[in-house]
This record gives sequence, C-alpha cells and structure tokens, in this order.
Amino acid sequence: MPINYYIFLAISLFCIGIVGVLTRRNAIIIFMCIELMLNAVNLLLVAFSKMHHLNGVAQGNPAAGTDGQLFVFFIMVVAAAEVSVGLAIIVMMYRNIHSVDVNFLNRLKH
Amino acid sequence: MKNLLHIVFLIPLLPFFGFVINGLGRKYLTKGLIGIVGCGSVLVSFLISVWVFTEVKNGNTYIASYFDFIKVGDLTIPFAFQIDQLSSLFLLIITGVGFLIHVYSTSYMHGEEDDHFGRYFSYLNLFVFSMLLLVLGANYVIMFIGWEGVGLCSYLLIGYWFKNTGFNKAANKAFIMNRIGDLAFLIAVFWIISKVGNVNYGDVFAFAQANKFTTTDLTAITILLFIGATGKSAQIPLYTWLPDAMAGPTPVSALIHAATMVTAGIYMIARSNILYSLSPVTMNIVAIIGLATALVAATIALRQNDIKKVLAYSTVSQLGYMFLALGTGAYVAAVFHVMTHAFFKALLFLGSGSVIHAMGGEQDIRKMGGLSKHMKTTHATFLIGCLAIAGIPGLSGFFSKDEILAGAFAKSPVFYAIALGTALLTAFYMFRMYATTFKGTFRGTHEQEHHLHESPAAITVPLVILAILSVIGGYVGVPEFIIHGAHFLGDFLFPVFAASYEVLKPHEISHQTEWILTGISTALILVMVIFAWTRYSRKPDMEDAKGFGKILQHKWYVDELYEKIIVRPLNALASFLNEVFEKTVLDGMVNGVGRLVNYGSRQLRLLQSGQVGSYVLLMVVGMLLFFVFQFFLRK
Repeated sequence: MPINYYIFLAISLFCIGIVGVLTRRNAIIIFMCIELMLNAVNLLLVAFSKMHHLNGVAQGNPAAGTDGQLFVFFIMVVAAAEVSVGLAIIVMMYRNIHSVDVNFLNRLKH
Repeated sequence: MKNLLHIVFLIPLLPFFGFVINGLGRKYLTKGLIGIVGCGSVLVSFLISVWVFTEVKNGNTYIASYFDFIKVGDLTIPFAFQIDQLSSLFLLIITGVGFLIHVYSTSYMHGEEDDHFGRYFSYLNLFVFSMLLLVLGANYVIMFIGWEGVGLCSYLLIGYWFKNTGFNKAANKAFIMNRIGDLAFLIAVFWIISKVGNVNYGDVFAFAQANKFTTTDLTAITILLFIGATGKSAQIPLYTWLPDAMAGPTPVSALIHAATMVTAGIYMIARSNILYSLSPVTMNIVAIIGLATALVAATIALRQNDIKKVLAYSTVSQLGYMFLALGTGAYVAAVFHVMTHAFFKALLFLGSGSVIHAMGGEQDIRKMGGLSKHMKTTHATFLIGCLAIAGIPGLSGFFSKDEILAGAFAKSPVFYAIALGTALLTAFYMFRMYATTFKGTFRGTHEQEHHLHESPAAITVPLVILAILSVIGGYVGVPEFIIHGAHFLGDFLFPVFAASYEVLKPHEISHQTEWILTGISTALILVMVIFAWTRYSRKPDMEDAKGFGKILQHKWYVDELYEKIIVRPLNALASFLNEVFEKTVLDGMVNGVGRLVNYGSRQLRLLQSGQVGSYVLLMVVGMLLFFVFQFFLRK
C-alpha cells in the first residue's frame, strides 16, 4: 500500500482530534481527542518506519527501520501512564464540581 | 647621566607623599610635624632640582619615560618627563619659591586649628606636585594632568575658609573660568592628536618644523592653546577670577596666584614656541591681548584700596607683559620676567601678608599708614619689591622689563609706547600703595596701633631671602648693550628657542637706540615713583573716587558686564530648563512610557480568560501560523 494512504489517514485522525479538542466541552471527550491525535502521530511513525525498512531491504540492509517499530511500544506505554493520570484528574474534577465540563474550570485565571 | 633619570621622578613624588601624609594624618599629626613634612618634601625636591639644573647646563635634553599612560590603537601616550633648560628653570622657581612660601605659611597659618593646618599643607603640597607635573611632562597630556591639578588646588585653596560663602563663590569663579580655558586646551590637544598622531613635544615640534601643518590647523591649534593660557594665566577676557582669588590665604596668593600657577600659560607657550613662531597671526593676537591686559589691569590697580587687590591686578598686568613678550617673539624675556616676577611678586604678597597679620586681618590700605616705624624688616623688603617691580635700574625687574620693552620696540613702536605707559602706571600704583601703607600717619584704631609688631622669623626670613633674590635675580640676564655676553639666561635657554630664532630671525635694534629707550623709560619711571611717593605720603585717597576714577575703582564694570551678558542669561536658561522643560517635556516622556505600559498590560490581561479552550485555540492558531510561515512564506 502506498505511503500516501497512511499519511492521509493520519492527517484525518489528527484533524478530527484537533477539532474535537477545540469544540467539545466534555473533559472525557477532549481527552479521547487528545489520544486520537497521539495515535495519529504514532500511526505515521509506524508507516514511515515500514517504508524505511522496505527501502533498506531493497538496498541490502534488512535491519533498517526496525527501531521505529520498537519505539512505538514505548510511546504506547508512556501514553497509557498518561491516560491513567488524566483520568484520575477527571475523576477528581467530577468529585469537586460534579461536572466534567471544562468551561467550569476557569480558576486558572486566579 | 643615568642617575639623573633614575631620580628625577622624585621631584614631583616627594610633594605628593607630603600631600598624602598631611592629608591622611591631619587629625593626628602635630603642627610641627605637619610643617616639617610639608616644607621638607619641597626642600628635598628643590635640592634635586638644583642638581638637575647643573646637569642640563651644557644644553642637553633628557626624556625619562616611565610607562605607557594611554595606549589605544595607534596612539600611545607615554608617561614621560622632559628635562631640559626650560623645565629645569621652572623647577627651580617652583620648588625654591615654593619652599620659602611653605616656611612662611608655618607661621602665617599657625592660628588655624590642627586639622585645618594639615589640610592647608596637604593642598599646598598637592599643588606643588601638580605644578611640577605640568612643567616636567614630556607631552601635552601629562602637562594637561598638571594643568588640571593646579586648577583644582587653586580652587581648594581659594575656598580654604569654606565657611565663608563669598570665598566659596570666588573659588567657584576661579574654577569655572579656568574650565573654559581648559576646554580650549583640550580641543587643541585633540586637534594635535588628529593631525600628528601623537602628543610628544619632540614629534609635534618636528612635525611643525617640517611644515606639515596647514596654516589653518596651526593657527587654530595655537589660538586654542592660547585660550587655555588666558584662563590659567588670567588674560582678557578670562582675567576676572584672579582678583577674586585673593579670598584665599595670603601665602596661597603668593605661591599660586603670583609666582607659579598663573605662569603656567607662559610656560606652555614658551614650550610650544615653534608652533607660535610659525603662526604669525596668533603671535599678533597674543601680543595684543597681552598688551591690552597689561594696560587694563594697570589702570584698575590705580584705584584699588585693598592691598591684595592692588597686587592681584598688578599680577594680571605683569602677566600681560609676559604675553606681550611671547607675542613679540622675545621668549627669553618672557621666561626671564616669569622668574624675576616670581621673586618680587611673591615678596610683595608675603610682605602684604605680614602687614595684614600685624593689622589683625585688615586689608584696606586707607586704614593703614606709617607702618614703616613698626615693621622695619617688612618695610625694607616691601620697598625693595616695589622698586623691583617698578623697574628701577639695578634691581631684577629692570632687566626683564627692559628686555620686554626692547622686544616690543623691535616689533612696533606703538607696542613700545603702550607698554611703557603701562610700566609708568605700574610704578605709580605700586608707590601709591607703598606710600599709603607705610608712610604718613597711622589711620587705624588705637587697638590696632597697639598691636602693631614685626612678624616672627619664619615670616621675615623668607622675606629677606626673596628681597635678596629680587635684587640680584636680574643679573643672570644683563642686556647685551650694557655688558657684552653677560645674558647668561639667554645663553642657557638658547637650545629651547633655537628653532624659533631661525624662523623669526629677530631684527636687532642698535645699542644706541637701546640706551636711549632705557634712559627714557628709567627717567620717566623715576619721576613717577617720586611723584606717587610724595603725593600719597602726604595725602592718601581717603574718599571714594568720582568720575573716571569711579569707573576704575569699579574695575571698568567688567564683572557687572559679565554678570549681565553671560551669568544672567545662563541662569535664566537654567531655570527655564529646570522649571518648564524638565517638568513638561522630560517628566512627560518618562511618565508617558509608564502610562503606556500600564494601559497596554491592562488590555493584554484580557487574554488570560482562564478558559482552557481558548488557550488551546490560541495554541493551535499559533502552530498554524508557524506552518504557514514555514511552507509558504519562507524563502
């Protein structure tokens, strides 16, 4: 499959993520959109890595691009840790103001 | 010869140590110790100067270079001393007369409190140090350091009694007027640097002798240097500070405002003689300004009743004489007159100090009279001083004055006539003062009469020594027409002025003419002396003058004129700037900046809404802008 498809898919996912973050007020949906953006980038990384690998094989270097595939796992691990922290914050938010609407969270001003 | 170079830096350094010791220890040292440090340091400098003098007699010049004072790019200004005939002669005058005046001061200032006594001597030593630096420097910058130093010391010593507001004003006046001249001097130095690339005397004079200066440059430089000299040496138009400087203690007037500092301008021009000789326009300006100053100051002195003011105007007048000599190319005569004037004017000032001391601080000659009976030594020495300055044959003033008159005659008979007129006025006002002070009957209070006494030895001994010098000092320069080959001073100084003589080629006047001129001037001066003596012994001027005399008594109203055309407009401008310009424009600008920042930040604060969504939106917009810039706008 040509690389273009992957790129277009990643861009679409990323833009959906951005629009979601900008337009929605529910903290959980915003959080999901952030994850979407993160995974769009991840997808791109994997796609490029695969492309690099194929090029490497063609030039007699079968080890090329494998590090990109490994790297993605680390990103997923970090993202999982981040999700747990983010969800914990959202839970605390709900306990304090009985809502997950980010527009209520304007205390940063003070 | 090497020894000389190793030790010459001690000449200025010793008085500097005296300054440091007396200045720091003024609260702890006794008066005796302060006096010993003050006088001793100058005495040792004098002894070294004598040795230096004997070393340069055979016409050598030595340059002692110590370190690089300024080194910027191509410009190197070394800290170097030049020891030649001219500087060694000035060294002798400064340290010799300076030492006598230091000794005199130990007695004259004895009534001061201990720490003020120490302060006085530290200033005096600092002055001697600066003055020695001025004459020893081997380039214009080192000279300028001394030049500023003596100005500072003059300021400090005029305002020595700083609790008196009038004295402080006199000190300020002296300092400010000197600054005007100093600025011109400084510009001249910059000009020299820009043309020659260095300020060493040797290089500058060689540059001038090779005719590498354009006429404009040379004229401008010499005129600027001369303006510097008019400030320091009290010439028209910057002379009015000197009479006011009499606010300082009398020994200060003798040392700074008669014998040494005010002759710095003459030294500077004599040092730069080749520049002046190559610039005839400036020579004429110098001669005319000198002559005008001599005449104007002499007329003012005719009607002054303060004993020190008479001497102050007399000093201005004599300095004018020296500039006349410089302007007519009679450099030796000018330096000769500096020397003899240092002797007899220091003598007269110290004598007047002795009189003021005896009178309990009274300076008005109308309240004196008949003092010869009470103060025999002071009277005798003062009379010698008056005779010397009047130019009575046989005394030092006669020789130097006669040489200046001869130089003026060689240039133009008009100069001669005016200079002779000034000499007659000098004889007149000196003997008016002498007769009013020492002859006739005592006109002060009974209490003062009771207190009249001869001053102690520390005062009379310097007087006697200076009186002897005032008599014999002239014999180092007996004119050619009286005894052939007896002008030792001229021969001694010849190497310094040799280049100028080649340029100027002074035309000799015949011996017969000189005899006639000397005869005329001597006869007229004698008549004047006898006239003033007899007239003022019988009936001194007791009333304020009327008519023309009133104008003279008020010093031609020059101070009032300066007040009107310079001081008042300056004050008005300053108060306008202070009250209007600063309050509206400057304060407005500063406050405006403050207000702008205040307003701007209040507007910017609205961006901080606290809404997470709006922050994210701004972030995304920012990132988009970067993308747009990166992809489409970057070349």
